[in-house]
Amino acid sequence: MDWSQLFNFADYAQLLPLVTNSLIAAALLGLTGGLIGIFVMVRDSSFAVHGISELSFAGASIALLIGTDVVAGSIVGSFVAAAVIAALGSRAKDRNSIIAVLMPFGLGLGILALAAYPGRTANKFGLLTGQITAVDDTAIGWLIGITSFVVIALALIWRPLQFASLDTEVARARGVPTRALGVAFLLLLGLAVAASVQVVGALLALSLLVTPAAAALRVTSSPKLAPVLSVAFALTASLGGILLSLGGSLPISPYVTTISFVIYLVCRVIGGRRRAVAK
Amino acid sequence: MANAKTNLATPVLSISGATFGYAETPLWQDLTLDVAPGEFIAIIGTNGSGKTSLLRAILGQEQLRAGTITIAGKPIGHGSRRIGYIPQHRSVDASTPMRARDLLSLGLNGHRFGLPWGGRKARARVEHILDCIEGHDLADLPVGQLSGGQFQRFRVGQAVIDEPDLILADEPLSALDLTQQAVIAELLDRERKDHSAAVLFVTHDVNPVLGMVDRVLYLAGGKFKIGTPDEVLRSEVLSELYGSPIDVVRNQGRVVVVGTQAHDHHHPDHDHHPDEVWN
Repeated sequence: MDWSQLFNFADYAQLLPLVTNSLIAAALLGLTGGLIGIFVMVRDSSFAVHGISELSFAGASIALLIGTDVVAGSIVGSFVAAAVIAALGSRAKDRNSIIAVLMPFGLGLGILALAAYPGRTANKFGLLTGQITAVDDTAIGWLIGITSFVVIALALIWRPLQFASLDTEVARARGVPTRALGVAFLLLLGLAVAASVQVVGALLALSLLVTPAAAALRVTSSPKLAPVLSVAFALTASLGGILLSLGGSLPISPYVTTISFVIYLVCRVIGGRRRAVAK
Repeated sequence: MANAKTNLATPVLSISGATFGYAETPLWQDLTLDVAPGEFIAIIGTNGSGKTSLLRAILGQEQLRAGTITIAGKPIGHGSRRIGYIPQHRSVDASTPMRARDLLSLGLNGHRFGLPWGGRKARARVEHILDCIEGHDLADLPVGQLSGGQFQRFRVGQAVIDEPDLILADEPLSALDLTQQAVIAELLDRERKDHSAAVLFVTHDVNPVLGMVDRVLYLAGGKFKIGTPDEVLRSEVLSELYGSPIDVVRNQGRVVVVGTQAHDHHHPDHDHHPDEVWN
């Protein structure tokens, strides 16, 4: 293996302006993923992220095949998955089995559509493993729209969603519409996943939507500090991944996932030590 | 009647002609009960007698077959801000990313939309409740690290923090040892007096709250009895209720209910005969 494939910073200054769009996309995704990831964790929905992203991939692939907008296809796929999970899986056990049934079906459907697609193979693999260096102005417009909608909506329902997620029975007794909030959360999650699929790919959406929040919750129980740390970790992974990938000729996703994973490991060790000290 | 909260004539909770369960096997039928402001009512009965169903019906989470329930003169919706609720079981997972103080602030304003920025008033209110429940030392611990008794102290604080008219407590002492039971029962009694809230206290052992209750609602085998402890907790009254001979023994200020017949022919589904329930 040639190490310059991994890290090569010879023409870095010339390359940087070419990836402005990608950096903006990464920042938007880091912010969204870090915030919604907190609720993915407290609602125990990591598996739902995976399930939604496979159907989002299927939607995008079908859109590619029939020549319509890939982002729109990906959102439709996400929403179908979110709606099915919301309608059928009110109990955690049901939810997991429904997702496990949906996931391979979505993946198979997506692969079928891609196999039938006559275009370039780079487009095909991009949907699975990411294509952040190919983010054009239209895609950025979509991303800004989707992510700002998700972030604003999340901010509006933040407190009751927190109540409903952390302390469901009391929240329901106090008149909080826990079920409606659960559906709203899944739809927002669907949008966030659809946005991530465009950039880091369906297989790696978890690295921005789950890993940073999981790391943050290892080191803090504060409901204010946790989202701040989670966003910081997600931004480090997404922006850091792009900046590092510029130096080599590999796709961006291994860099993003590796940074994300290392942050998680470090937080696990710190959290483990703290818990040991507390006891 | 403009302000029900200050009008002593309006019952906090009014149940009239309420029937719950199936036609052939009602859990209870034609239940009528007016709860005055500040009244402490213990709801007693064996497992399966419909105690929790009654609370769920008051919360609007289950439908009555007949009759009505109103809270401060208004029909129930889905939950109510006038209610403080202490759920059965711990119901919060040990790894939940929430500090003890967050339980309190969610009880105060968790239903409100927006970001969890409490403001000075809310913070002062949380501090005041921390004084009341002597919870300052525990306030910043994750809830998973609290002992059963410590956790129930915060549950009591959460139930009174928004100054409810009515507190529904579903077996709040079930997982505690005798000393802790006394501590929590006294705390609840003092707090609800300070906040002039009525209490419906579901329990299968009346002894920890015997000194505080104004009235007892005893549910058994589709029937019920309401009255002061001295009126209800008597051999002839409970024998009639169960349809089989029951001995109520008072011993050193404690009430012991003993069933003298091994099997209850009228209600074969209720295998928890009172002889094993209280001691």
